[in-house]
Amino acid sequence: MSMGHGGGARGDLRAAYDRGETVCVIGAGASGLLATKNLTEHGYGVDCYDRETGIGGAWNWRHDRSPVYDSAHLISSKAATQFPDFPMPDTWPDFPRHSQVLSYLERYADHFDLRRHIWFGTEVVRVEPVAQGRWDVTTRSTGGVTERTHRYSAVVVANGHNWSPKLPSYEGMDSYSGEVIHASAFKDPATLRGRRVLVVGAGNTGCDIAVEAAQRAATCWHSRRRGYWFVPKYLTGRPVDQVNELVLAARLPPRVRQWLFQRVLKLAVGDLRRFGLPAPDHKVYETHPIVNSQLIYYLGHGRVTPVPDVARFDRHAVELVDGSRIEPDLVVLATGYLPQFEFVDPDLLGVDEQGRPRLHLQMFSPRHPSLAVAGMLQPDAGLFPLVHWQTVAFARWLRMREVDPDRAAAAVARFSPPGRRWHDARTKDTSRHWFETSRISYLRALQRLLDELEPSR
Amino acid sequence: MTRPSRTHPSRTRILRRREAALPVPPVAREVLSARPAVDEGRPPLLLVPGFGAGAWVYAEHWLDHVADRGYPAHAMSVRGHGGSARARRAGLRAYVHDVVQVAASLPRRAVLVGHGAGALVVARALARYPAAAAVLAAPVFGGRLAGWSTVGRCLVRNPVGTVPAAFGGPLRLRRGQLFSRQLPAATATAYRQRMCRAAARAQWQLLLGGLPEPPVGDPPVLVLGSPDDAVVSTAALNRVARRYGGAPLLFPGMGHALMLDAQWREPVEAVLDWLDKGLAPRD
Repeated sequence: MSMGHGGGARGDLRAAYDRGETVCVIGAGASGLLATKNLTEHGYGVDCYDRETGIGGAWNWRHDRSPVYDSAHLISSKAATQFPDFPMPDTWPDFPRHSQVLSYLERYADHFDLRRHIWFGTEVVRVEPVAQGRWDVTTRSTGGVTERTHRYSAVVVANGHNWSPKLPSYEGMDSYSGEVIHASAFKDPATLRGRRVLVVGAGNTGCDIAVEAAQRAATCWHSRRRGYWFVPKYLTGRPVDQVNELVLAARLPPRVRQWLFQRVLKLAVGDLRRFGLPAPDHKVYETHPIVNSQLIYYLGHGRVTPVPDVARFDRHAVELVDGSRIEPDLVVLATGYLPQFEFVDPDLLGVDEQGRPRLHLQMFSPRHPSLAVAGMLQPDAGLFPLVHWQTVAFARWLRMREVDPDRAAAAVARFSPPGRRWHDARTKDTSRHWFETSRISYLRALQRLLDELEPSR
Repeated sequence: MTRPSRTHPSRTRILRRREAALPVPPVAREVLSARPAVDEGRPPLLLVPGFGAGAWVYAEHWLDHVADRGYPAHAMSVRGHGGSARARRAGLRAYVHDVVQVAASLPRRAVLVGHGAGALVVARALARYPAAAAVLAAPVFGGRLAGWSTVGRCLVRNPVGTVPAAFGGPLRLRRGQLFSRQLPAATATAYRQRMCRAAARAQWQLLLGGLPEPPVGDPPVLVLGSPDDAVVSTAALNRVARRYGGAPLLFPGMGHALMLDAQWREPVEAVLDWLDKGLAPRD
């Protein structure tokens, strides 16, 4: 797909209906709702488009692109996940279930009267820059034909990054006699009952599904590429992220913290090689934390058998890298997701050869800062607060652009080069960790931006 | 650009380590509600009483009156007050948490109304919840802004009731500080007997604490009080009002307890008129 951009001198005569200062938000999931609420709060009109007929995006299990499964619960605790200006109810547990998160988003939308800004059943086909940092957004009704183009002063892309499966290509996988699915297609744990299941991948989803299989399947093999650190959900009777915050409050240098956390995990979780797992080949904080208290329990009860990486599939068996062969009748590939922006020229998001978008402060387009991506982060604690402040910063940035465009451009350029990481450990350079973000480092950077954009009182 | 400080914060701090590390523990809270006969889409009012008072101070007159004028009305007791669960070690952060929890549980963006030290709780809650509007009635703000003049007045008028509070004891306000002469003595005594005490930590924080962070969402704020209030001086009232970019609305002849005093109708009418003007329901 090639598109001209920057000039605004498009040859065709398609009329773009000018929406003035209105901002376009793509997606009505958590990030899109946050963007809609914070932009309207700053006085902007918002047109939010969603391809589905309801809000909630990934958290709405009715949506065909939703990755949630029956047992999906929050990984970070309620206090670390809730919006900074709209707390989850006191009566909820520390780790709410996905359906509670959806009802939270629905209450948020109703409380701030957001639904009147949302165009449901409408998908965005194209986003193209025109002069003065403005954007032509072409939409059509989901699955429909007729296209309409509106012109906006800015665009927030909030289409999520956990819906397009990243599928590994193992030799012979297509001709395997058993069933092979991606974790995105796994919804109901009843499908595991009595079967011989191989779960590939030891991310948070892979571990959750292995735990489900441990309770229902006849056999569960769990394959992983490397050794990981397993963080329990509770330490000293408190959610582990709260304990981590207490340690952070002591303002120890990152290396000392890393050492301390590693000591604590050795005490609380212990040596995983006893369970047949490989020792971690990296320090804690260098990969996304796996927060799971149950997997080790089921490993110890023989309900989950750890196996190494898959080498290849043949007609009836899966061969592992150590040469052993297993015969699962269901293979669940919990191998993650890749970001997808099929409606925008990859150049605008600074997408490199590997497919990784490189943005200023992980949100602003390196070409035109009036295009921002909200929520493309994988933080070590709750995501929602970071997206809240991202979208507040974007609204404030738009305000500054109206008054002083040069200062606004400079405020974003300070975060050069695009694609910088906001993390204090050296994270692994795999697509799994493209968006790995440290909550503290990122909030500090956002605070600097917000201070710069603060209207002078 | 002035440098933000603890006592004059001019910016929103987004890295909230304490709140992330030590969330406020949940408690059972008392909320009394009165709903209008016909819901016309007006924003609900959340009424927050001051230190030592519970939701009952609003239930006496204001709650029904607000509902009669077409606004859903909810009066709450922060922890350790009224019918809410006991909490002897609570601080201002816990009170703010209680207010924000109740506000977020309402179906629409709420108007926060705080009285006395409850106005400071509301002012702090405004930094954690984008209210539709806020009303600070006879506000007792801590620290430099109004704390010392308020303490001074209380010490002069009522040393016996005030001194213990400085040592973590209860604060006992006299009848003349709370009510005008028009309120029958028996009624005033009954009201005073229902008062309880705030947690010692919260009292200290009121006295010494910094100013609240700026409100989020830029809500319109109305400050009101009485020039004859024996607790809050007119100068303190002016300082608070100036902080929110306005002048206070004054109700002469009333004591500190605006919602219980004989002329309780005047301030609540003014608040509702102000809301009618500024917050016409959107179509």
